[in-house]
Amino acid sequence: MNAIIISALCGVVMMFSGIFTHNKTTIKNIAIAAMLVLLVANILNTYGIYSFRIDVNNMLRFQVFGLYFNSIVFLATLIYLILSGDDIINVGINPAEYFALIFFVLCGVSILSCFNNTLMLFLGIEILSIPLYILTGTDKRNLKSNEASLKYFLMGCFSTGILLMGITLLYGVTGDFSIDQLAVKGSLAAGMTNSGIIVPLGLIFIFIALSFKVSAAPFHFWTPDVYDGSPSVFTSFMATIVKAAGFIAFIRVFETRMPELGASARIIIPLVIICTLLVGNITAVFQQSVKRMLAYSSIAQAGFMLFALYSFNDIAKEGILLYTFAYSFATIGIFAVLIKMKDYTFEGFNGLSKKEPVLAAATTVFLLSLAGIPLTAGFFGKYYMLLSAIKANGQYALWLVIIAVLFAAVSVYYYFRVIQSMYFKDGDAETTEIKPAFKISIIILAALIILAGIFPSLVLNWLYF
Amino acid sequence: MIPVLLILIPLLSGLFLFFLKEEKAVKNFALIAALISLAVVVYAIALNPSGQLTYDTAWLPAIGSRFSLGIDGMGKMLILLTAISFPVVFISTSGNTYKNTAAFYALMLLTQCGLMGVFLATDALLFYFFWELALVPVYFLCSIWGGEKRIAVTFKFFIYTFVGSLLMLAGILFLHYKSEDGSFAIKALTSAHLDNFEQKFLFWLFFIAFAIKMPIFPLHTWQPDAYEQAPTAVTMILSGVMVKMGIFAVIRWLVPLFPQAAAGYANLVMLLSITGMIYASLIAIKQDDIKRLIAYSSIAHIGLMCATIFAHNQIGLEGVMIQMFNHGINVIGLWIVANVIEQQLQTRKFSELGGLAQTSPVLAILLVVMALANVALPLTNAFVGEFLMFNGLFQFNVWMAAVAGISIILAAVYTLNMIQKIFYGKTVAATEHAVDISSSVKWTLIFLVIVVLILGVYPQPLINLTKDTVNAIVANR
Repeated sequence: MNAIIISALCGVVMMFSGIFTHNKTTIKNIAIAAMLVLLVANILNTYGIYSFRIDVNNMLRFQVFGLYFNSIVFLATLIYLILSGDDIINVGINPAEYFALIFFVLCGVSILSCFNNTLMLFLGIEILSIPLYILTGTDKRNLKSNEASLKYFLMGCFSTGILLMGITLLYGVTGDFSIDQLAVKGSLAAGMTNSGIIVPLGLIFIFIALSFKVSAAPFHFWTPDVYDGSPSVFTSFMATIVKAAGFIAFIRVFETRMPELGASARIIIPLVIICTLLVGNITAVFQQSVKRMLAYSSIAQAGFMLFALYSFNDIAKEGILLYTFAYSFATIGIFAVLIKMKDYTFEGFNGLSKKEPVLAAATTVFLLSLAGIPLTAGFFGKYYMLLSAIKANGQYALWLVIIAVLFAAVSVYYYFRVIQSMYFKDGDAETTEIKPAFKISIIILAALIILAGIFPSLVLNWLYF
Repeated sequence: MIPVLLILIPLLSGLFLFFLKEEKAVKNFALIAALISLAVVVYAIALNPSGQLTYDTAWLPAIGSRFSLGIDGMGKMLILLTAISFPVVFISTSGNTYKNTAAFYALMLLTQCGLMGVFLATDALLFYFFWELALVPVYFLCSIWGGEKRIAVTFKFFIYTFVGSLLMLAGILFLHYKSEDGSFAIKALTSAHLDNFEQKFLFWLFFIAFAIKMPIFPLHTWQPDAYEQAPTAVTMILSGVMVKMGIFAVIRWLVPLFPQAAAGYANLVMLLSITGMIYASLIAIKQDDIKRLIAYSSIAHIGLMCATIFAHNQIGLEGVMIQMFNHGINVIGLWIVANVIEQQLQTRKFSELGGLAQTSPVLAILLVVMALANVALPLTNAFVGEFLMFNGLFQFNVWMAAVAGISIILAAVYTLNMIQKIFYGKTVAATEHAVDISSSVKWTLIFLVIVVLILGVYPQPLINLTKDTVNAIVANR
C-alpha cells in the first residue's frame, strides 16, 4: 500500500515543485530524493511496516513477490533518474511535470504488481499508460515525437478496449471481478450453462491486450516507431520499467487462470514466443540506428520474458524478477550512454573506446548482459527462463528452448556490432559533455550487473526474507 | 586449494595488468604471473598433495550448482600444457610490439583463467561458464590486434562457437532436469536416466558444441581464417591449447554422459573426422601461407584424435592423451617459427621466401626438428602418440585406419614442401638480409625441441600421468 499512495503523493509534490522553484537542478534533486523515499517505504512495507492501513476489500493483495518486484523497479528508476536526470530536465520547458508523470507511471506499476481484481488491473493499466502517452510527446516541436505519441495513444486505447471486452466477458459468466474467485465460479458456470467458450474467449482478449503492452508479436507494431520517436530518455523508461510491469500483470492474471485456457494455451504461448523472438531478432539485425536496434531488441527480450508464462512455476517467477533486474539495469545503462552520443547510428560509436574508455567498457558490460554472456546478470535471466520451461514441460519444451538459444545467438550479431564500432573501428565518436559523477554511477551500475552475474542469489535471496 | 589458485592467479594478475602503463613492466609482470601458475602446476603434479587437488563450495544453492573443481590425470596433463604454453608464448613473442600492450597481456591472462577453469570444472554449469569465458577475451584479442580482415573473421569464429555452446547449454539444462538430485555434478548427470532417443538427441547438442571447437569437418570453416587473422601469440594459444578444450570435453563430458549414443554414432563421427583429415591435408598442400598451412595441418591432427576417442580402446586413448600434449608443444613451436619469419621479413608467403637456411641456420635446424615432429617421425614425441592412435583405430576398424593413414603421407608432403620452400633454394630479396634469431626465441625453441625429443624416447611419464582417466573411460562401457 505504501508504494501506491506514496508514489501518487510524490507525483503531486513534483507537480507543485515547479511552482516554487524554476531551478531545474533543484527539481531533479527533489525527484531523486522522492524516489529514495518511495524505495525505502516500499522496502519497509516488505518487512511489514505500513504507513497506511486501508481496507481494500480484497481488491488488492500484497505479497512479497509483488512488493519485491516494486523494489527492483524503484531501484531501477532511481538509477535511471541519477544517470539520466540531467537529460530529462533538458527535454522541454516543464521539467517538474516530467518527473510527476514518471511517478504516476510508478503508481500504475505498483497497482499492477498487487491487483487481485480485474477492475484494478484496468485501473493500473490506465494509470500506467496515460502519463506515458504524454511523455512520448514531450518533444513538442519534433514531428516524430508527435507521431509517436498519437500512435501510442491510439494503439493503447485500442488494446484497452480489448482488455475491457475480456473483463466484461469474464464478468458476464461469473458475476465477479475478483481473480481467485473467478477461477472457481468460472469453471462452475462453464460446466452448468454450456457457455464454455466465453471464459477462454475473455481470457484470450485479456491476453491480447496485455501482449500489446509488453509488445509481444504479432501485437508489437507500435513499438519501434514509438520507441524511436519519443525522446531517448523516456524510451529508456518505457522499454524497461513499463515493459516489466506488463509482465507482472500478465503473471498475476494468468497464474491461476492458465489451466482454463486448456490446450489452446499450449499452442498460443509457444507461438507468441517464437513470433516475438523471430520478429524482434531478425528486424534488429537490419537496423542502422542503435536506438531503433534497441527498440527491436526489446521486442526480442520480451520473447524471453514470455517464457515465464509458458512455464508458470517458482523458477519462472524468480526468473522474471532476475530478468527484470538484468534487462532493466542494462537497458537503462545503455540508453544513458546513447543519450550522450551525438550520432545515434552504429558509425556514431566508432572509436568510443579511445575517447571515453570508461563509457565504452561499461557499455560493453551492458551489451554482454543483454546478449546473455556468462558472468553478467543477463545470462542468469535467460538461464532461469529456459530452466523454468524445461522444468515445466520436460522434453516437450526442449525444442522451444533450442529455438530460443538460436535466437540468442542471432542477438549477439547486433549487440556486438556496437562493441565492434567502439573498439575495433577507428572514428571520432562525438559525445556531449560527460561529468565525472556520471562515469562513477555508470561504473557502479556495470559492477552491479557483473556481481549479479556471479551470484544471482544476491538478487533472489531477498525474496525469501 | 590448488585449483582455485590456478584460476585466481591469472584472473587477478590479468585484471591488475589493465592498470599498468609501461610496456617493459607489463611484459615482465605477465611473464612472472604465468611462471607462478606453472610453478603451482608443477608442485601439484610432482608432489600430488592429497586433499588439495579438489575444491568444492556452494555457489548457487537455489539451482543446485556448486563451485566444484577437481584435477584428474587428464586434467593434470592439460593444465601442465596450459601453464607451459603461456610463458613460452610470452617469451618467444616478447619482441612483438602491440598498441596498448597492457590490455593485450591482460586479455591473454584472462584467457588462461578461462582455459584453466574449463579443464578443472567438475560441475556442468561451471564448465559452461568457463567455456564461454575463455572465448570472450579471445574475441577481443583477435578483433583488436588481428590482421586486415580481423573483424569479420573473428566475428564468424565467435558466432560459430557461441551457437555451439548455446546448444550445449540447452543440453545441460535438460540433463539437469533429468538428474536425480537436481545438481549439475558430473556424477549426478552420468547417472541420469535417459531413454534411447533422449540420449541420441543430447549427444548431438553436446557434440556440435565440441565439434565446432575442435574443429571437425564440416564445422571447421571458421578455423583457418581465424588462425590466419589472429595475432600470432593468440594463434599459438588457440591452436596449442584452446582446440584441446574440444577434445577434452569429448573425453570428460560427452563419452561418459552418453555412452550408448557415443558407441552408436562412433562410425559416423569417425567418418566425419577422417574425411576432415584427408580434406584438410589436401588443402594444406596447396597453401601459399605459413599460417594457413599450419592451420589446416592442425585440423588434420585434431581429426585423428577425435576419431580415435570414438574407437574407445585403451591403447588409442593413451595415444590421444599423449598426442594432446605433444600437438600443443609441436604446433606452438611451428607458430614461433612463423612469427619469427613474419616479424623479420614482413611476409608469410612461400612464394616470397627461399634460402633462409643460409642466413638463419639455427632457426632452420630448430624448425626442421619441429616439422619432423609434425610429420610424426620416430624419435619425435608425435610418433609415439600417432602410433598408439593408429593402433587403436586399427583395432576398431581396419579400413578406417587405412584411410586415415593416408594423411600421414600427405602430412609429409606439405610439411617437407614448406621446409624446402622457406629454407632451401636460392635466397630471394626478402631473405637476403635476414639475421638469425634472437636468443630468447632460440632458447624457447631449444626448450621445445628438448621436450619433443625426450617425450619421443620416453613417453612413459605422460602415460602414467593420464592412466587413471583412460582406465576410468575404458571401464565405463
